[in-house]
Amino acid sequence: MTLGSTNICFVRNAPELGIPDPPARAGLGLKPQHYQDILAIRPDIGFFEIHAENYMIEGGPFHHYLSAIRESYPLSIHGVGLSIGSEMPLDDAHIDRLAALIERYAPRSFSEHLAWSSHGGVFLNDLLPLPYHETTLARVCDHVDKVQERLRRRILIENPATYVEFEASTLTESQFLGELVRRTGCGLLLDVNNAYVSSVNLHRDPRRFIDELPLTEVGEIHLAGFAVDRDAAGDPLLIDTHGAPVHAEVWQLYAYVLGRTGPVATLLERDNAIPSLRVLLDEAGQADRMLLSASRLLREQRA
Amino acid sequence: MTAQAAFAAALLKPEAARPNGLRAWNGSDPAARFAVYRNNVASTLIDAVAATFPVVLELVGEEFFRGMAKVFVLAAPPRSSVLAHYGEAFPEFIERFEPARTVPYLADVARLEFARVQAFHAADAASLTAETIAHAMTKPDLAPLLRVICQPSLAVIRSPFALVSLWAAHQGLGDISLVDPYVPEDALIVRCALDVQVARLAGGGATFIQGLASGVRLGEAAARAQAETADFDLSACLTTLMRFGAITTLQPPAGNPR
Repeated sequence: MTLGSTNICFVRNAPELGIPDPPARAGLGLKPQHYQDILAIRPDIGFFEIHAENYMIEGGPFHHYLSAIRESYPLSIHGVGLSIGSEMPLDDAHIDRLAALIERYAPRSFSEHLAWSSHGGVFLNDLLPLPYHETTLARVCDHVDKVQERLRRRILIENPATYVEFEASTLTESQFLGELVRRTGCGLLLDVNNAYVSSVNLHRDPRRFIDELPLTEVGEIHLAGFAVDRDAAGDPLLIDTHGAPVHAEVWQLYAYVLGRTGPVATLLERDNAIPSLRVLLDEAGQADRMLLSASRLLREQRA
Repeated sequence: MTAQAAFAAALLKPEAARPNGLRAWNGSDPAARFAVYRNNVASTLIDAVAATFPVVLELVGEEFFRGMAKVFVLAAPPRSSVLAHYGEAFPEFIERFEPARTVPYLADVARLEFARVQAFHAADAASLTAETIAHAMTKPDLAPLLRVICQPSLAVIRSPFALVSLWAAHQGLGDISLVDPYVPEDALIVRCALDVQVARLAGGGATFIQGLASGVRLGEAAARAQAETADFDLSACLTTLMRFGAITTLQPPAGNPR
């Protein structure tokens, strides 16, 4: 069942539904080692983002600090455990936990991945790839429909970083995402690092990949760092590590994206080798400056 | 076997062949690319275990720990995406892990560390003030009949080893070379507000608190502790619980309002 057939309409930037997208500023992933710094220095930052699963706990310091920080900052919630690309039915208990978390913290957006992470009751803690064809598309659409109906909000789906392709694929990733957006009314979380990493790994043109996406439906952007490895033929294989500063090539691709989308809330993702808050704020500052230029450009074009 | 079942199975078996149906643009062997996923799964789960058991890691060293944790995560991967609760089976795994036998107290240290993480994330509850508790204890006819409800975070671990002293020495609290590991110690783990506290319980304390946690009335729990340890000091044990904000409710028996 798609949303079109149920007359549920998810409108972008619809404050009357209480679900506006995050502000078109740079944001940071909220890390426990930065809780106290954030409350002490109150940095000027557009929003904070949390991983939903880290807060699916009953109480304690995580909820204490998140509640305090939420009072002063917009929040977005990013899930890594919904396994939307799974062959198996979604885990209702997990969706319930998600609904409770969203109810409690009223985030500006909720996003998940075009990937799977669980199978047969085992959580694999990675974002695993799926082949792109009509069967998988129908299944992912069903899963997105179900989540949107249960959460009563539009969700954003993120393009994955991938290292392999499937012989069974008959659609490109951009075709798959485009159809997913069209059929379910979900939005896109455009991970520019993933777009770059996958483009190198799958030998495709990153700008063409971007151009083929329904860019008007991009509700959030992610930026992150990668590591460089080699495949069996010695060709570069980029690994999405979230453990390094954003690379120059990704900043360039980001500028290209902003030229097409205009300013969109942008998260600097750092989940490993996490530096001081100051270092991350500097990186967010660079994204903020580019977002400002994109806003100016948009105003000039409209004038 | 479905495609994802085969993919998942190959992820958890380092020696298994890569799943079928994969390709790379340059015709290279997709196994090297599949290995990225396999490495991610193992290394992120090992990282999760390492985050929960830092003292176990210090005791055996990074290389040994990661090797041991790898065997564990591949054999007993998480059943939930909420990794805060992952690792409950790690202490028992350590007990059965032959190369770790040289550190006999390793499993108990792991039990303490897992309990600390659970206490950290447990439900919050307001503690009773020392005055409220002291007042209730002034009624000799009623006090033994009270049910004492403790923080949801509270746990007690009894060990044949010097569990708390060993753990504390790895927090920079005390000199490890002065710790005789073969002195039995019982640990109290509890969080009130933001900080998880770990304390060594005096004789009988563990039995007393475990009695309270199982719903036994105060007088009966104290009697059990005394039966086990003749010089069990009830008032000292209650003071320890109060100091850590461990008591949340004193429930008078039905029909006897406080």
